[in-house]
Amino acid sequence: MYIVKRILIMLLTIWVIASLTFLIMKFIPGDPFASDADVLPEEVLQNIRAKYNLDEPIAVQYVLYMKDLVTFDLGFSIQSETRSVNSIIADGAPASALLGLQALVIALALGLLLGIVAALNHNKVLDYASMFIAIIGISVPSFILAPLLIKYFAVEWGMLPVASWGTWQHSILPTLALAATPLAVIARFMRSSMLEVTNQNYIKTADAKGLSKTKLVIRHGIRNAILPVISFIGPLFVSLITGTFVIEKIFAIPGIGRYFVDSIFNRDYPVIVGTTIFFSVLLVLTLFIIDISYRYIDPRIKLTSGGE
Amino acid sequence: MLEHLLEVNNLEVSFKTYGGEVQAVRDVSFHVDKGEILAIVGESGSGKSVTVQSIMGLIPTPPGKIKNGEVLLEGQDLLKLSKREMQKVKGSKISMVFQDPMTSLNPTMKVGKQIAESITTHQNIKGPEAKERAIDMIRRVGISNPAERYEQYPHEFSGGMRQRIMIAIALACHPKVLLADEPTTALDVTIQAQVLDLMKNLKDEMDTSIILITHDLGVVAETAERVAVMYGGMIVETAPVNELFNNPKHPYTWGLLESIPDIDAADKKRLVPIEGAPPDLFSPPKGCPFAPRCKYAMDVCVEEMPPAFSIDSGHEAKCWLNDSRSPALKELVSAGRQLS
Repeated sequence: MYIVKRILIMLLTIWVIASLTFLIMKFIPGDPFASDADVLPEEVLQNIRAKYNLDEPIAVQYVLYMKDLVTFDLGFSIQSETRSVNSIIADGAPASALLGLQALVIALALGLLLGIVAALNHNKVLDYASMFIAIIGISVPSFILAPLLIKYFAVEWGMLPVASWGTWQHSILPTLALAATPLAVIARFMRSSMLEVTNQNYIKTADAKGLSKTKLVIRHGIRNAILPVISFIGPLFVSLITGTFVIEKIFAIPGIGRYFVDSIFNRDYPVIVGTTIFFSVLLVLTLFIIDISYRYIDPRIKLTSGGE
Repeated sequence: MLEHLLEVNNLEVSFKTYGGEVQAVRDVSFHVDKGEILAIVGESGSGKSVTVQSIMGLIPTPPGKIKNGEVLLEGQDLLKLSKREMQKVKGSKISMVFQDPMTSLNPTMKVGKQIAESITTHQNIKGPEAKERAIDMIRRVGISNPAERYEQYPHEFSGGMRQRIMIAIALACHPKVLLADEPTTALDVTIQAQVLDLMKNLKDEMDTSIILITHDLGVVAETAERVAVMYGGMIVETAPVNELFNNPKHPYTWGLLESIPDIDAADKKRLVPIEGAPPDLFSPPKGCPFAPRCKYAMDVCVEEMPPAFSIDSGHEAKCWLNDSRSPALKELVSAGRQLS
């Protein structure tokens, strides 16, 4: 019952997002063929507009688009008319997803580790060292970190290849550049969560049982401290796997990140709405999975359909 | 003389804070014998909890520091043990029940596992058998359907039930001493009595000694065999429970006893408080800590710390009034002091 209700709400959410994106795009001044207006005769422009239904009233365009959407047809790109939005996503998503997944794994593994080490050595050298790394990770933007990584690892020391995509060695530097900020955020988050848990009474109870430090930290500390971090992983996961404009541009990765940005400049309506829907479907699905998994991670949470 | 089961001698504990050093426990000595229930009473901040937590090695260091003293369990000084050696003692020979059952259990672990964990840590018992033992402990603390309850999480238990689980955890390895830090303070009065009875019964079954911290003299009268009264980080009076109620020898104890509301009093009296505030433990007075609030304080009380005067066998009080040279109470009253 809960799951059925959730799925209905998810569909509703996606419909609202699709409609809003569609309408907002139409209200942005400009037009996909604005740059061609000087070159092409008026009749040709009319014909092109008619091909994409742009001559119809917005309400009609909306109904036509929604009709296609329910059959999972996101339409054709206006900019490169031989390509469907579906194929753009299918071509770009794997590279972005692989890069994002790698970055997520690294950010989680190192971020959690740094946070835990910092909390266990509260106000000692390791704490300050971890948080120093974390602050650098948060404050150095990826468009600075990425060129720095390229300069040293690829150009100066020649250890790793760049500027193409293929072998896993190619993915190391972009993964690091992409992981830095989420890693730092996770580390700081985990540290404060862990510090809070350490002061809880049940830690004292566990300590009074005579548990070893390791068991105390893993079974009673981390298990509880990680709960708030999990809720944060969902949106992070989606934003990482749907590609990032900056990293993909710098490392010449054939992902979908650039389409998000390019399509807006070109008023490529089908691509804008299509990629946005793709993004929101992923986000809504991930949040759904996280909510379900909470049931198994935190026994206090029960899945109920009402707000009792 | 027989060796006591647990003996605390000259314990001094302090905490470093931004405001200076708090001398939370100052020269505390007491002992517990096998199968005995010792109650430690005193107001908030008198050092009760710090005292028992030092015994368990649960004082966070820093900021806390055990500056002096020894804690002898069957002759072995626990304060001299390494962390690893102390882990073997904690939970097996000495264990502890805390004040707030609502927050003292791990919310993400089945209660049964929390009991079994205590067993597997200290005894060479593996999974299924430890589970068996844990279920048996749940039954022994008076919870029905123990096998089902084993699989449940703390939020599925009421406060009283959780405290029973805490007791099960503490007693799972049949410790020699159980430290109970205000185990009933957070519970309803009816549940309080049940939990106290449970602790008394299990104490007899398992031949455990109990140190019971409380500020409830009703609980003391009902449960304890001997009482230590703490004030300002010191034990000011120790006595067998009847002796303490019938023949108290310290003005602070008098104050505590007077402040108990009397339900049978014919005339409606106001409650009797002890006037004043407890001493500042950043810079404790050099004399008796109670002197500033004491109706009978003499010059010597402010100047010099009273020694422990032996009143009777097992009854000691740290008050100058028990010195043979001190004036009788009557004279102090006629000199202008008021007896309530």
